[in-house]
Formats: sequence, C-alpha cells, structure tokens
Amino acid sequence: MMPELGKYTATVLLSYAGTLGPMIVLLGWSLWRGAKVKAALAAQEERMKKNG
Amino acid sequence: MSIWEYANPVKFMKTSSMVLPWVSILSALCIVTGLVWGFFFTPEAANFGSTVKVLFVHVPSATMAINIWVMMLVTSLIWLIRRHHVSALAAKAAAPIGAVMTIIALVTGAVWGQPMWGTWWEWDPRLTSFLILFLFYLGYMALWGAIDNPDTAADLTGVLCLVGSVFALLSRYAVKFWNQGLHQDSTIMKVGQDDPLDPSYYVPLVISIVGFVLFFVTLLLLRTRTEIRARRLKALEQRERMA
Repeated sequence: MMPELGKYTATVLLSYAGTLGPMIVLLGWSLWRGAKVKAALAAQEERMKKNG
Repeated sequence: MSIWEYANPVKFMKTSSMVLPWVSILSALCIVTGLVWGFFFTPEAANFGSTVKVLFVHVPSATMAINIWVMMLVTSLIWLIRRHHVSALAAKAAAPIGAVMTIIALVTGAVWGQPMWGTWWEWDPRLTSFLILFLFYLGYMALWGAIDNPDTAADLTGVLCLVGSVFALLSRYAVKFWNQGLHQDSTIMKVGQDDPLDPSYYVPLVISIVGFVLFFVTLLLLRTRTEIRARRLKALEQRERMA
C-alpha cells in the first residue's frame, strides 16, 4: 500500500513525521494542562466552599 | 444577538463546550482525508518527483503560521480597545499553536529544500521573514510568562503583536515585495490563471488546509477554556490568601 517515493522517501516521510509529531505533542500537552487546571480549580472551589 | 456576548467567560465556556466535540471530529476527518489522499493517491510531479507530497503538510502549516498571528492581532486589538478578557486570553492561547505551525513550516521547508534547492536554508526573503515571525512567537510567549499582572501582560503582548504583524505580512507577501530568492509565490490561488496548481493536488490540499484550520480552532477553544479556568483559579487563590 506504501506509495513508491523513490530517492525522496526520507524527505517525504521526515516531512510527515515532522508535522504530525509536533501536532500530536501540542494536542497532548493542551489536554494534559487543561485537565490539570480543571482539577485544581475544582479542588480550590471545594476547599473554599468547605471553609465558607 | 451580538458577538460581544461571547466576551462573557460564562457564555464562552458554555458555547465552546457544545462546539468543541464537533469541531475536533471534523478536524480529524479533514486532516486524515487530506493527508491520506495527498500521501497515497496523488501522482508524482514532473519537476519535483514524489517531494510534491510535502505540499500537503508544508502549505497548510505555513498558511496557519501567518493567519494565527493575524487572529492574535485581531483579538489583541479587541483587548486594547474594548478590554474584553476572553479576547486577550484567546491571543495568549493561540501563540503556542502559531509557534508550532511556524516551526513545522520551517522544518518541512528545509527538508524539501535540501534535495530540491541543494540547501537546507537560504536567506531568502520569505524564509527569513518566517524565521523572524517564529522569533516573535517565542518573544510573545516569553513576555506573557515574564509579567505577573495579567492585564499589564495583555497590554504589552498586544503591542508586541501589533509590531510583529509587519513580519506576518512580510511572510505572506515577501515573494511579491522582493522578486528574488528561491521560494516560489503561492500557486493555490492561481486556479483559472496561467500556471495553476494541478487539480489532482488542489482538492486534497484544500481539504488538508481546512483540517489544519479546524485543528487550530479545536486547540484554540481548548486552550482558551484552560486559560479562563487558570485565571479564575488565580483569583480564588488570591481571595483565599487575603481572607
């Protein structure tokens, strides 16, 4: 199924890896930070509710 | 209904939570379709061989690199003129996405340039203005990180964004301003004119660009929601300390 890329195989594969890799890392980092901040905010709101 | 209603963080959080799943699904669909089509089902080009497939990642990332800065300019102006916090936070949230898109454009361009131009890098007007744009993205993020007061940070980064817009425009129009250098002018807008982009590349390229735009919108909504929560968390912590 892999297309014939000839002598430019490395060029094409590196370009796709160099694009999808950083995009996936950025998405993962954004999701991780989002979950971390959301949990911290929920904990802070809970603490303040308990303390009145 | 006015667009300014979305400057209300509560309204923004409610609307974005409804929109986010659909935009992210559409984004994934378009990126997979555009890249699979471009990689597996497009022919080799007469001049460029199989390196033409790099087009489907390089062009969308370069397009986004410039347009994300333009979006940051608009939201920064909204902050500077109307003082809507969500717009300042949206600009802050967009900067890392723009920086990643710029570095992807630079890296894929270099990887393509080595076999085609015989060099990884050339101090060509478009390449140089792109490198400066990347440095502006880094400076913008560093400035946000360096200032404690969020309103002051939003003011100063807003001004930096205005200055950097010169380079965002230069990145876009450098090839037209200086008719020299290695980088060619855009061909995607030349449909129906002389020397257009072949239709077999045009459709997957447009799908890929739409996918990158939607990917940006997905990340922008996600990251702006995080920035709004982080701002609220900071305010609550301050209130607790003062009590």
